Amino acid sequence: MNRTLSAPVTVAFDYTRSTGPVVGRFLTGLRDGVLVAGRTSAGEVVVPPLEYDPVTHVQTTDFVEVSPVGTVTSWTWVPEPVAGQPFDRPFAFALVTLDGATRPLFHAVDVASPDEISTGMRVQVRWAAERVGHINDIACFEPLGDESTARPAGGGILEDDLVTGVVTTVSLDYVYAASPEESTFYRGLHEGRLLGQRCPTCDKVYVPPRSACPTDGTPTEGEIELTGEGTITTFCIVNVPFLGQKIAPPYVSAYVLLDGADIALLHLILGVPADEVRMGTRVKAVWKPSEEWTYSLENIDHFAPTGDPDADYDTYKNHL
Amino acid sequence: MGKQPAAVVGIGQTHHRAKREDLSMAGLCREAIDRALVDADMSLDDIDAIVVGKAPDLFEGVMMPELFLAESLGAAGKPLLRVHTAGSVGGSTAIVAASLVQSGVHKRVLTVAYEKQSESNAMWALSIPLPFNMPVHAGAGGYFAPHVRSYIRRSGAPTHVGAIVAAKDRNNALKNPYAHLHNEGTTVESVLASTMLWDPIRYDETCPSSDGACAMVIVDEDTAAASPNPAWIHATAMRSESTSAAERDQVNPQASRNAAAHLWKQAGITSPIDEIDMAELYVPFSWFEPMWLESLGFADEGGGWKLTESGETAMTGRIPVNCSGGVLSSNPIGASGMLRFGEAALQVRGAAGEHQIDGARKALGHAYGGGSQFFAMWVVGADKPTS
Repeated sequence: MNRTLSAPVTVAFDYTRSTGPVVGRFLTGLRDGVLVAGRTSAGEVVVPPLEYDPVTHVQTTDFVEVSPVGTVTSWTWVPEPVAGQPFDRPFAFALVTLDGATRPLFHAVDVASPDEISTGMRVQVRWAAERVGHINDIACFEPLGDESTARPAGGGILEDDLVTGVVTTVSLDYVYAASPEESTFYRGLHEGRLLGQRCPTCDKVYVPPRSACPTDGTPTEGEIELTGEGTITTFCIVNVPFLGQKIAPPYVSAYVLLDGADIALLHLILGVPADEVRMGTRVKAVWKPSEEWTYSLENIDHFAPTGDPDADYDTYKNHL
Repeated sequence: MGKQPAAVVGIGQTHHRAKREDLSMAGLCREAIDRALVDADMSLDDIDAIVVGKAPDLFEGVMMPELFLAESLGAAGKPLLRVHTAGSVGGSTAIVAASLVQSGVHKRVLTVAYEKQSESNAMWALSIPLPFNMPVHAGAGGYFAPHVRSYIRRSGAPTHVGAIVAAKDRNNALKNPYAHLHNEGTTVESVLASTMLWDPIRYDETCPSSDGACAMVIVDEDTAAASPNPAWIHATAMRSESTSAAERDQVNPQASRNAAAHLWKQAGITSPIDEIDMAELYVPFSWFEPMWLESLGFADEGGGWKLTESGETAMTGRIPVNCSGGVLSSNPIGASGMLRFGEAALQVRGAAGEHQIDGARKALGHAYGGGSQFFAMWVVGADKPTS
């Protein structure tokens, strides 16, 4: 059996980018089927335009239309495309210097094998079926065998209805791996047990255990089984809804110092009106039915008051 | 060779707003940078190196700002460094920039910190459920609210002290044209009547979500001679600590106390409340004003709230705190620390406009970040440090 537990995590968000006037001008052009370049103080014609001139540092304001036809100046082959790339079959990425530009644009070229692309080759833009003001409005470049078959350039730079924003979806897939010590803890939860470990250097009991005590760097050791009873050290009542929230507000998020542990766990308090939860309230773990147990602290549905008198402040004041 | 004198001679900031949809990130940085350069009577050509800081990557979905911002920041052909210490980043970025001058490596360093919160959702970014754990995290407010409760219990503070801070800072912000919130008529009563978000933290006791940037030009002694009002850097300190050590003090973290002790020693200050004329403290939730007053040594433990309650942190008080309106009135997270450092420098330069404290000669800029894990602070003065 693998020593460590792992699980997938996806972190995804649609970021809303404000483009500003320069990048917005370029994206507006793409939407309109026009390739907009910026002229720098040194006379370079750059596409996409630079937001600020690298020499004079002033914002780019000199825009020119360049041709959708250009020349491959360098390229690389992508034998195994990954998700999110322009093609799901092998293709080339290339630097293409468009006619009228002095600096290349990076994009995909639709060719079936590396034998079909070379430096110096003429290519032209293949526009996407629907254009919205995004770099993907250029679906890709394609080889241009006969210059007379080139598609026409756009109709000039328009000033109307400028693109000001673009949505950039970021989606990161991780494998979250628990340490060996934490894995022991999560396996314990799968059996309905709460297992802590002690740092051999500072003697503190950590729940979950740690590969490195935050104070000493020493791995925690041994097996200390805790009863699931403890004290609320401090807490907050979450009344605010937010994106990605798993528990419907209002709820009490509390630090529970389990009896025998030296560090509190963050968990949910139920079984008592939120405004009756106190610092010092004695609570016990309320487990989900065993058939629902996984390897997670969510096996404990919540903590509920035991009904015992509150713990004395001195018993937890060093845990605030 | 010892530490070389260094001074702030240019400060610029954006007009902070919920959404600056008129500007890209580069444009946001340049609005602050161009104002700082005008203030310093310099151009980007005069700058030797650039140090940039921004908020944690998921907050705006940008992992390496230095790559795409290089030419916009005027960094082509120059050293460009990026600093990353969560919410304290604006402070630590300024300290790294200062250290490049104090070490004698560079003479004129530009530093900028920014955030475009409108492009993302920091609450979401701080609450992503992790496998095996309870999904009870609820953003920064959810993280800090229990520790505010601990402070109230430990200090015995009356529960309206947080509202006093919020009302003060929101009224101070009315004097600051750059502040995001200009909420006229905020009173202790109106704050207390606002919605409880993360009990014990109310809506009006919480910072806004802002787009904004701050920039400073930090220079050596020879260059500073040309400035009519340099803000001399008297001391800088940074400290970090573990997020989750057993028995870690989350109300008054050891790293904060250690950073403050080191700072006051460097600055030759023995009684901060008597020797500091004003402070810009990183107070994203109102209760952190009394908490940091104690941690920084302006009050004894348990005495911070008494300074606040008695009005001593108001602009007319013994130790005015957050005359700019503070984080409670503008919070572009990545820039918020640098705004604290910059506002402290504006005060000792006599350039803080309507929120100027008359005769301010020595001021504190302060920032913290993570789970009260990272601390950055500086003392700036109108006079050149003697040692």
